[in-house]
Amino acid sequence: MEKPKPVTQVAKALAIVTILVMVFVPFLVIISTSFASNREVIANGGWVLWPTHPTLRAYEQVFEGGIVTKALGVSAAVTIIGTLASLACTTFLAYALSRPKVYGGKPILLVVLFTFLFPPGMIPAFLLVKGMGMLESYSALIVPVLINVFNLVVLRGFFQGVPEELYEAARLDGANDWQILWRVVLPLSKAALAVVGLFYAVSYWNAWFHASIYLESDHWPLQQVLRTYVMGGSQIADTGLSDASNVSAPQTMQMAVLVIATVPILIVYPFLQKYFTKGVLTGAIKS
Amino acid sequence: MVPGVAYFLVFHYGAFIGNAVAFKEYVPFDGLWASPWVGFENFDRMFGDPDFWHATWNTLFLAVLQLVFFFPVPLGLALLLHSLTSDLTRRFVQSVVYLPHFLSWVIVVALFQQVLADTGLLNSVLGQAGLHSVDIIGNPDAYPALVVAQVVWKDAGWGTIIFLAALMQVDEQQYEAAAIDGAGPWRRFWHVTLPSIRPVVILLLIMRLGDILSVGFEQMLLQRQSVGPEAGEVLDTFVFWQGIVGGDTGYAAAAGLFKGVVGAILVFAANKVAHRLGEQGVYK
Repeated sequence: MEKPKPVTQVAKALAIVTILVMVFVPFLVIISTSFASNREVIANGGWVLWPTHPTLRAYEQVFEGGIVTKALGVSAAVTIIGTLASLACTTFLAYALSRPKVYGGKPILLVVLFTFLFPPGMIPAFLLVKGMGMLESYSALIVPVLINVFNLVVLRGFFQGVPEELYEAARLDGANDWQILWRVVLPLSKAALAVVGLFYAVSYWNAWFHASIYLESDHWPLQQVLRTYVMGGSQIADTGLSDASNVSAPQTMQMAVLVIATVPILIVYPFLQKYFTKGVLTGAIKS
Repeated sequence: MVPGVAYFLVFHYGAFIGNAVAFKEYVPFDGLWASPWVGFENFDRMFGDPDFWHATWNTLFLAVLQLVFFFPVPLGLALLLHSLTSDLTRRFVQSVVYLPHFLSWVIVVALFQQVLADTGLLNSVLGQAGLHSVDIIGNPDAYPALVVAQVVWKDAGWGTIIFLAALMQVDEQQYEAAAIDGAGPWRRFWHVTLPSIRPVVILLLIMRLGDILSVGFEQMLLQRQSVGPEAGEVLDTFVFWQGIVGGDTGYAAAAGLFKGVVGAILVFAANKVAHRLGEQGVYK
């Protein structure tokens, strides 16, 4: 093919730079403001693009109070336990549904896919959780969202892609289904497991709505704390988080909480990013 | 397999049966099963409730806006990315634009507030330039535009994945053949690229249609307060407000069920239309 015209080249470059700026600037503002000093933030009217005297004061104050520390612990625990439980249950079901001869496979698959088209609704789901006595329990954040249909379909698609010969060879060696899953299928499906695991982890980490309706405020995970103190406009200082006589500008503390909520995703993201396209696509095409 | 199946039976089908509450006068003390049946009373009340119609109207309005303004963006972005000749640049830009998808709505909304609120980044830049400040957050008139902008910022990049994959599968030889036949870049785009990715575009369009009544529940709920229910109430927040905050359980369930039924009808209809047009659709 012929080379694109210079005008097109420049237009493309401009478009891409604009996109990158639009993604990065909000992050830069948040991070910079969280490190800025009280005086600088006030002089600047609430935000800083590049702190001249970076300080960790806001972070110290946020952690001193205990609310954020506790919420961080809740979020981390829910994310880890939830992701492991979801990943295990999804894997088992996806494996069973990926085998052609499993008993009742077809109807079960339809039953599962149907929920994707016609979800039960918020009120019945709420009543069910309440009826099962899971209010005020962390299990309410995990059990009702244990398996995600999309993730299930992705994994099932991946398992179906494992060559049939491998199953047969393993059977001849006398392996049962558990051994095949553990020794043959899973090692071949690392990319898909990584993607699905990441999707689960992100959704557990980001969840706040269920916590807001099922849990009391002293058990909230980080996102819900963030929602209340950063978006709801409640001053963190008003809640006994820190000594009222010695607070930094509320903005810096809000930004610090925002950064704390975002950082785990930024840390995990680069490691798993390379698997996305592969994992998402196997699922999307097969479905 | 048992835990998985049990999960779906209990939390989807079990909850589904709970929709029966839409036909009841829910008394918390009696629980779901002992509460008295009231037939279609909740629905009658709902159809006579201006607030309900208001929420429905907002839902449809925002949904159509998103369909018109959001849906083409990932496609355009994918075409742009696909046309990049440098592999390294493309991968880098891709990883950057995927990123916002992984942030929670709480963070996204907070980011937007930091940039666009009264004292935010945009207004202080405008102020320093001696211009009028604009109130975007908390302004009901600007709300639809704000909501669409947030969705674009968060998910446009992520949406490119599937289009990019479709573009990768376009046969190189078709481009070459078209080029030999004398087709310029635009003609090649029109006659080779677009037809090749048409099935994927239609598939995604149908899936969005089915989802059209769920215009970003979390996003709306987070911002309903700052713009007020007049502009910010959609069906999902209506259900939440009536049922979970207000305790009017049967009534809210009726509204939720209405939403679910209409959504499902939309998917069936869209799929039918796709079949008529000779496309595969979501299912056969």
